Amino acid sequence: MPFFESVALALNTIRVQKLKSFFTLLGVMIGVMFLIAVVSIVQGMSNYVENDFAAKIIGVNTFTFRRRPNFNPNTTDDQWREFQRRPRVWAADAELVRSVQPAGNKSAIVNSNFIYASSQVSRPRQVQAIATEAVYFDIKKLVVESGRAFTSQEVTSGAKVIVIGTDVADHLFNGLDPLGREVRIGGMPYTVIGVLEKQGSVFGFSLDRQAIVPWTTPVSRIIQPKGDLQSMIVQGSSREEMEDGIEAAREVMRGSRHLPPGKADNFALETEDSALEFFDGLKKQMIVFGTALPAIGLVVGAMVIMNIMLVAVAERTREIGIRKALGARRSDILSQFLIEASTLSVMGAAIGIALGLIAAKIVSMATPLPAAVAPWSIGMALVLGAGVGIVAGVYPASRAARLDPIAALRQE
Amino acid sequence: MSPQIEEVGLSTTAERAAVVGAAGSTPDKDWVIVTRGLKREYDMGGEIVRALRGVDLAIRRNEYVAIMGPSGSGKSTFMNLVGCLDTPNAGEYWLSGQLVSTFKDDELARVRNKEIGFVFQTFNLLPRASALHNVELPLVYAGIGSAERKERAMEALTKVQLDNRASHRPNELSGGQRQRVAIARALVNRPAILLADEPTGNLDSTTSEEIMKVFETLANTGQTVIMVTHEPDIAQHARRVVVLRDGLIASDTKREAFSAKLVGL
Repeated sequence: MPFFESVALALNTIRVQKLKSFFTLLGVMIGVMFLIAVVSIVQGMSNYVENDFAAKIIGVNTFTFRRRPNFNPNTTDDQWREFQRRPRVWAADAELVRSVQPAGNKSAIVNSNFIYASSQVSRPRQVQAIATEAVYFDIKKLVVESGRAFTSQEVTSGAKVIVIGTDVADHLFNGLDPLGREVRIGGMPYTVIGVLEKQGSVFGFSLDRQAIVPWTTPVSRIIQPKGDLQSMIVQGSSREEMEDGIEAAREVMRGSRHLPPGKADNFALETEDSALEFFDGLKKQMIVFGTALPAIGLVVGAMVIMNIMLVAVAERTREIGIRKALGARRSDILSQFLIEASTLSVMGAAIGIALGLIAAKIVSMATPLPAAVAPWSIGMALVLGAGVGIVAGVYPASRAARLDPIAALRQE
Repeated sequence: MSPQIEEVGLSTTAERAAVVGAAGSTPDKDWVIVTRGLKREYDMGGEIVRALRGVDLAIRRNEYVAIMGPSGSGKSTFMNLVGCLDTPNAGEYWLSGQLVSTFKDDELARVRNKEIGFVFQTFNLLPRASALHNVELPLVYAGIGSAERKERAMEALTKVQLDNRASHRPNELSGGQRQRVAIARALVNRPAILLADEPTGNLDSTTSEEIMKVFETLANTGQTVIMVTHEPDIAQHARRVVVLRDGLIASDTKREAFSAKLVGL
């Protein structure tokens, strides 16, 4: 029996029994829907992390020199105690690291935390205060939309100037021009000299809530009360320069702290790779747990299809008898029912894919989770759908193929 | 040269055995069907039922044969064996020069497809398919392409004067029309034998006559027809009547003799 003939026959069966077919397909549909939705969301997140997050939060070809790693999932108690015993990073250490960087590597001290800021015309608002150096704007590719960024002279002199994100500007000044006005952080007045271009958000975490001040101003003391530094970011002009910079920094810091060979670093040099590794682990876990549920749906779907196909074989015993009498071989009957089962489940998968795409779209609109459709997941869902149909169809189809034509013809 | 049925009244077992020839020998190609000592037994829960107990029968090409017998005589079993739907426990069955009693499942399917055209009492059309598609089915399993299939199916429908009903489904046709579709389907693959099982069993007498006329025409144009029936007045349309009783051939007579016997009753 030709393939298309069988498919047409299967489609006809589905058309005649719409409601029954719908319920038959429900399991596969839901399974595939969740599969597509989960894979799309995970894929979206990982695209986001790889393309936007790592670059926006950490920076391209950038490493961070700090006391302990920032992206360090599953830290054990022992590790944590070791982190706490580490010497702090002081301005002198930062200068030392900076002094050994290849020419062209840019570096900026960064102390950052969430602190309340207020203005004369608004209630306090928590902002991400970043106490840093002038080159920070360059490293992070921050564009000042109105006003200007602060200069290195202002950093040296400890000028109390501030550059704010659009969200901060909207909240603190609500329509007023923020330039030249006063923002208070930790009770200290800062003069707004610039407003950043709108940047959007990462995982629902707004990048427009930044408030950037020179690191030599009191905000640093609020973030790091002991007077040490939280971190220094270094951006290489290329990946090689960055790697050279990391090695140079490690060498000079180990020397400075008198670490003998064989002893681990007591400081952290982190690149965006650490963040990507962290998210890779997260992604794997999400894929595993996110696909376990749809897998159950598919198993249930397969069982439903098997049941329905057994019913179909029983209902159509006479048809099978007629076909056999007219010369259908076992393989003809077998393939007819297998194709019918897989047509059913591929249709279920197709509907599931559509629903999954819609679900992914809804999730990405309603929540900060981004969603990106992975083309391989659609292919996989279709193959999986056909596979489920074949697996579910084998037993009923082989029963149909083995029917005795005489008995089958006698059946009413 | 093999003896001719017309010449001998094959009423004794010995005569029939002489006609079918020795076991193992390929029959004369004049004979489309030859059975030698055909036996079929069923195991009904430990009890052995001997449905056929050694049937010797030879049917020539172009013959129109009716097989009769009361229920339990083994005529259905014989019909299933002749139709290659079943295999015998013992004996030989030669169809168109092939020893089909030794064939396996798929070979039997091929023989059913190429050599045999079935006409059933209950028509056995696929209810959801059009008349044309029903007639096409044997060609589908013969692996014939769509265009040629349609053409040949239409041709077969024209032969039974149903070309104007090609797109109708079975439930939109009368009983006689359905049976004619079934006949078209049986003939579409140009089979060696047309095997009809109580073809008029579900039809009224007028329609029965109509169907019998179709059979008559087919027989006149050289089609071998074998018809199983228990109605004597249907059987007398055939040119030869074989009567089975208790799994054996009770008589094998030409129509004239059979009709005379009917009159004598």
